[in-house]
Amino acid sequence: MSKSEAINYIPFKQKLRGYLKHPMSLFLLILVIGAAVITVGLVAILLGHLLIKGIPHIKPHLFEWKYTTDNLSMMPAIINTFIMVILTLLIAVPVGISSAIYLVEYAKRGNKVVSVIRLTTETLAGIPSIVFGLFGFIVFNTMIFKGYSMIGGALTLSMMVLPIIIRTTEEALISVPDLFREGSFGLGAGKLRTITRIVLPYAMPGILAGIILSIGRIVGETAALIFTAGTIPGVPKALTRSGRTLSLHLFELVQNPQAPTDRYFNAAYATAVVLLALVVLVNALSSFIAKKLSSK
Amino acid sequence: MNNASNVNRGKFREAAVKVMFLAAACISIIAVALICVFIFANGLPAIKEIGLKEFLLGQKWKPNADIYGIFPMIIGSLYVTAGAIVIGVPVGILMAVFMARFCPQKLYKLLKPFVELLAGIPSVVYGFLGLQLLVPLIHGLFPEQPSGSGVLAASIMLGIMILPTIINVSESAIKAVPDNYYEGSLALGATHERSVFFAVLPAAKSGVLASVILGVGRAIGETMAVVWVAGNAPIVPDSILSSVRTLTSNVVMEMGYSTGLHREALIGTAVVLFVFILIINLSFSAIKRGGKKQ
Repeated sequence: MSKSEAINYIPFKQKLRGYLKHPMSLFLLILVIGAAVITVGLVAILLGHLLIKGIPHIKPHLFEWKYTTDNLSMMPAIINTFIMVILTLLIAVPVGISSAIYLVEYAKRGNKVVSVIRLTTETLAGIPSIVFGLFGFIVFNTMIFKGYSMIGGALTLSMMVLPIIIRTTEEALISVPDLFREGSFGLGAGKLRTITRIVLPYAMPGILAGIILSIGRIVGETAALIFTAGTIPGVPKALTRSGRTLSLHLFELVQNPQAPTDRYFNAAYATAVVLLALVVLVNALSSFIAKKLSSK
Repeated sequence: MNNASNVNRGKFREAAVKVMFLAAACISIIAVALICVFIFANGLPAIKEIGLKEFLLGQKWKPNADIYGIFPMIIGSLYVTAGAIVIGVPVGILMAVFMARFCPQKLYKLLKPFVELLAGIPSVVYGFLGLQLLVPLIHGLFPEQPSGSGVLAASIMLGIMILPTIINVSESAIKAVPDNYYEGSLALGATHERSVFFAVLPAAKSGVLASVILGVGRAIGETMAVVWVAGNAPIVPDSILSSVRTLTSNVVMEMGYSTGLHREALIGTAVVLFVFILIINLSFSAIKRGGKKQ
């Protein structure tokens, strides 16, 4: 116990007496602690149920390379998820980082374009995933690719994660001290060279944390993919064909089970555990990198 | 001579790159514009054909008979969103207060990942857990009902889903309140609890309100967490246990096999949802701007 703590230490008995004198404060304290207990209890119940029901059903046949209605394997869906993540990032990352570079490094203060871009990015972040899914269905399925396709799903998802990448990259770029830029200019470097050689490397961990955050979003997304990437099990032969990701696999197992349905629900529990583990891992990695950044 | 052309080339490259970055930045504008255009262009003709009044206020949704009234779904979405607020907002704000002002540092380090975990659970997993855990539970409590799915189950699921949004945004709003509010109140003789609730929390009200609006947006647009626990009968619910269909679940359930006017009516449903979301977004940015001015 440090010195100031020792001085400020109030014995439990005295605290209790204080609370008895102020019943309202006691009531508020109980409310606040109750909320914390509820939140933690909820997480414990949800996760406990999922893990207890799911882990015993994680069996080798769920990881066979080919999906059949006998094994209900999630392996093709896992592969599709990786394809979807890579495709989406290939589209969204260059666009998102370039946008953020424009907003932070090039745009002048009070620029009209900037405020419009801010507003649209906020709007984009608020649009429900089912609306994205419908848009993707109208544009990519009925007009461009004529049917469900991985690439249509990736294009839809890249619109969805664009605001995340723009916002996190912006924050990372703003955190780069101006001294760095001035030093670079002072040595005779141009704007582009300053950005690519000085600003971006320094901001990289923050940008990376944002990209990983959007991976978590892609892996967990369902509603935007049902009508774009479709629900065909198995790894598609071409990107213009349908293929279900892991979260869609879970959706289909629960939505369209065949008798006996228990088999489907058990496989769904196992799939949910794997999906959750994947998302939690990705999110933990993102906040780990972000924390590294802030402690620097 | 050579030198000068190098400089020119450099200037040209700088300008070209700037235009490229600007073009990339405009993609988000284009994306929003495209989404608006295509959703509205595909939904509005159907609304016109059905008739705006019949579409918005029609009590019956019978695609087989070409009757498309989404009034039950509008009411359904509003009900479950209101339910989510009743359940999620008090717990969320109190939890935010706990994390910002009551929690010891060591406990905070344990709690924060819990909240992050809650935020990270994919919505389809929430839906599945609701179907397996919550629906049987409610059915057990009210065995006279045909099923446990309905307004209550959907509200609870959405209430849980918006918790992390409300906790995180409110917590940072409370933490942003200058310490002298709290200290001043303590110095006047108020207890810790009184100071937090009557000096600090009111000062953070615009941030807390913003968190609630964000939560509303999230709840009204959520699909996967609702579709398996709501019951989905297209009727105006008459009790908190009765079956309910939201705008989102209407789309996700029928889009796959719909054709013609039915499909367009579903896109029309999304138009209504989209308008709701735009209103919520606008009020959110208005509040954020108002909060900054203070």
